[in-house]
Amino acid sequence: MAFSRRNFLKYAAMSAGGAVLADTPFISAEARAKAEGGNVKYVPTSCEMCFWKCGAVAKVVDGKVVKLEGNPFHPQSRGKLCARGQAGIGQLYDEDRLKHPMILDGPRGEGKYRKASWDEALTLVAEKMKAIAEKHGPEAIAMMSHGSPGDYFTNVLKAMGSRNIAFPSFAQCKGIRDVAWELTFGHKPGSSCERVDMENSRVIVLLGTHLGENMHNSQNQEFAEAVSRGAKIICVDPRYSTAASKSAFWLPIKPGTDTALLLAWINIVISEELYDKEYVEKYTVGFDEVKEAVAEYTPEWAAQETELPMRQIVEAVRELCRYAPNVVVHPGRHYSWYGNDTQRARAVAILNALLGTWGRKGGMWLPPKAKFASFNDGNPAYPEASKPPVIKGNFPFAGGEGVTQALRDTTINGKPYPIKAWLVAGTNLMKSLPDQRLTREAIDSLDFFVAIDLFPTETVMLADVILPECTYLERHDGLFKIKTREAGVAIRQPAVEPMYETKPAWWIGSELCKKLGLKEYAVKGDGMDAWEDRMRRQAEAWGVDFEQLSKHTGYVTIPDSEKPYITEDNQPVFGTFSEKIELYSEELEGEGFDPVPQYEPVEQPPKNMFRLIYGRSPVHTFSRTINTQWLWELHKENEVWLNKKEAERLGIKNGQYVVLENQDGIRCNRIKVKATERIRQDCVYMVHGFGHNAPRLSRANKSGADDQQLISKYIEDPITGGTGMRVNFVKIIKEA
Amino acid sequence: MPRYAMVIDQSRCIGCMACVVACKRENDVPPENYRTRVLEIVQGTYPTLTTEMRSELCNHCDNAPCVSICPTGASHHEEDGTVQIDRKKCVGCKACITSCPYNVRYINEEHGYADKCSFCQHRLREGKKPACVATCVGGSRIFGDLDDPESEVSKILRRVGHRVLKKEVGTGPNIYYINQYPKRA
Repeated sequence: MAFSRRNFLKYAAMSAGGAVLADTPFISAEARAKAEGGNVKYVPTSCEMCFWKCGAVAKVVDGKVVKLEGNPFHPQSRGKLCARGQAGIGQLYDEDRLKHPMILDGPRGEGKYRKASWDEALTLVAEKMKAIAEKHGPEAIAMMSHGSPGDYFTNVLKAMGSRNIAFPSFAQCKGIRDVAWELTFGHKPGSSCERVDMENSRVIVLLGTHLGENMHNSQNQEFAEAVSRGAKIICVDPRYSTAASKSAFWLPIKPGTDTALLLAWINIVISEELYDKEYVEKYTVGFDEVKEAVAEYTPEWAAQETELPMRQIVEAVRELCRYAPNVVVHPGRHYSWYGNDTQRARAVAILNALLGTWGRKGGMWLPPKAKFASFNDGNPAYPEASKPPVIKGNFPFAGGEGVTQALRDTTINGKPYPIKAWLVAGTNLMKSLPDQRLTREAIDSLDFFVAIDLFPTETVMLADVILPECTYLERHDGLFKIKTREAGVAIRQPAVEPMYETKPAWWIGSELCKKLGLKEYAVKGDGMDAWEDRMRRQAEAWGVDFEQLSKHTGYVTIPDSEKPYITEDNQPVFGTFSEKIELYSEELEGEGFDPVPQYEPVEQPPKNMFRLIYGRSPVHTFSRTINTQWLWELHKENEVWLNKKEAERLGIKNGQYVVLENQDGIRCNRIKVKATERIRQDCVYMVHGFGHNAPRLSRANKSGADDQQLISKYIEDPITGGTGMRVNFVKIIKEA
Repeated sequence: MPRYAMVIDQSRCIGCMACVVACKRENDVPPENYRTRVLEIVQGTYPTLTTEMRSELCNHCDNAPCVSICPTGASHHEEDGTVQIDRKKCVGCKACITSCPYNVRYINEEHGYADKCSFCQHRLREGKKPACVATCVGGSRIFGDLDDPESEVSKILRRVGHRVLKKEVGTGPNIYYINQYPKRA
């Protein structure tokens, strides 16, 4: 749309100063559209190119989304969107999208489907689910999900009487960390974002946390701010990551020895009396036990174990202590590494506690204070589960999000009872769970498998029925409670009508309830406005102005909810049994685990093999964005990082294609070598999510290699069930 | 009349590529072409390494070889100091592409004209910053008017040491690179 001078003046007059390059302040979506005139619309909504839920504003011209920008009011985006957020339009207009419901028309895995109407597809799904529930009990129906669609199908399963619901975000990602911090502080370190006060930090320790590559928008904004203000970064990573390149101390640690370093640091902090004595006295229990338990972990020992220079180990932690408590040891996110990961997370939590970072400026801010009225829109309570769910496996501290591989195991072996149907929504299980052979075996043993998704991924193309969800730019979700330093509420609403025959997940879940004879759990009302109406009622219950949210700002703050630091009248509350920070965990001890973390060495790669480590690209989310035009253009295939000396030794050139073969004889697609000084000699690295085996993803299919294929081995953390996935070793086959 | 320039604080760049995608969308840049890029230049040997994060784009040079070589006058200076391309005049001869020492121009194959960063001229007219600047997650890209002594770019360049790319070729670039601003007191 042409922007006329007249319109600009009109808008400039509305904005505060109107000076050229004051950067037009975004005061209201509606006001902005009015000022520009013509057929332009601005729609405040929430991004879902990853899970950070940034506020976005969609510019819509003649019914087409032409631009996405960050919502300046939203604390997760602060007016900015990352590459993925900018590229959301590419997902919306991707020709490869699932376009209509499909029913399998041939053997599973051959990808032959026939087009179906929504009524036919949903009737079939409901019939199959009812039959399975009648024959085997409702618990024989399980769900796995990630992201926004999960809520709606969780509702369906609970209404039926099944609690077999699991999300890979627990056992394959951050659940381990959350449990460890709950055991220590009685709180997770933040769910939608970690409560790290980085913009005020003087020293930031990143241990396996790749900010810059791990593109969590607001957190990266704070990280850059911190670096620019001269904060010292201590980066512990076998790889010279983006974050390492910003650090004062890069500690290229031997993979698998992080807990050794942390325990030695705790020992130094205690033995050199560098900890926050007053804080430890006031807020913690178990200090003496920790002191005793870590006494053996000397810097000399740690230097040997971690292959880091002792001086570096000592200097880094002294620097950290020098600026405490305005420092933070980042809790990290993806935590499933070696199968003993809860104890590593505990060590991080204990170190933070000793430095007094919880509730301190530059440390970890306190959770915002806000109470949201409970709102279930008059739906009846769910029936009790007819049988206890299997989603916690044999892991005493497995959490509410469930253990996906425990569901998978039960599906395969039928113990303690059969699981015969899966609903999978928004997660590509073949690429999110370790050991694809087992995932495939489980799927093959199912009586019924329904996938709800946007794209024909390898997992979706194994389903009996495929239900096409519309993208986040075409649907309502939420309202979202956003808990950053302050509490607030954000909206997701459609910028455009759903394309093709796709439907919002809320509608699919609601219609499924009706077909299952569970109408009382469906969304009230029948039309496509039903969910929006529910959102209005929810906003009212929460005391939030829905018009303000939907037409103007997209985000509203809960007033007076921000109380980030400890003051005399703002004391932290620790949700542990002792109501203090539990440095020594009686809970863990009660279940037979080490109450203070102890070091356990991990298996080392055999000669001529490398440990496979994996990570992220700033332009991709897991395996779900590789097909998105601009993101694919920027990062089409992954590379395997190999230390230059090793490459020379093996006679491999930079840029050469090779194949990796793991300890189980599994080979990946060909992958390009990045011969680099940026990684240790004992490991190789690749970005996760590539190497799709999904012919209908025209760009992503066979682009790069699939790390998950090579992760055929995993070790379960006995405390939480997290799957340690950095325990695979690969050799390099030169003939690709 | 303003005199536009960009200051790039390399310490703040985290290589996230948000600028690259924002630019592509904002300016309808064809597939496989870019108006801006971010290079990660690593030097040294393990484990002693240093990195430069370098955002590159048209330097809107004061003494622009693309302007002097352009046979049709399509590449030209505007009053605001920026170098722009008049698409109607461009015949796609590629002389500007070969003369640019910064390798930041491409031919829009669909339309046949040369193209490159315009500092989002259309956004400037709307009172907005260039798309890359507006979305820069690290806050690394800073844009403004050198003729306004109170603009952020003027203030930074007065206070902080800076450099330009390939100063020796004498093109007078208007993209300035700095490291760390403001420094902690």
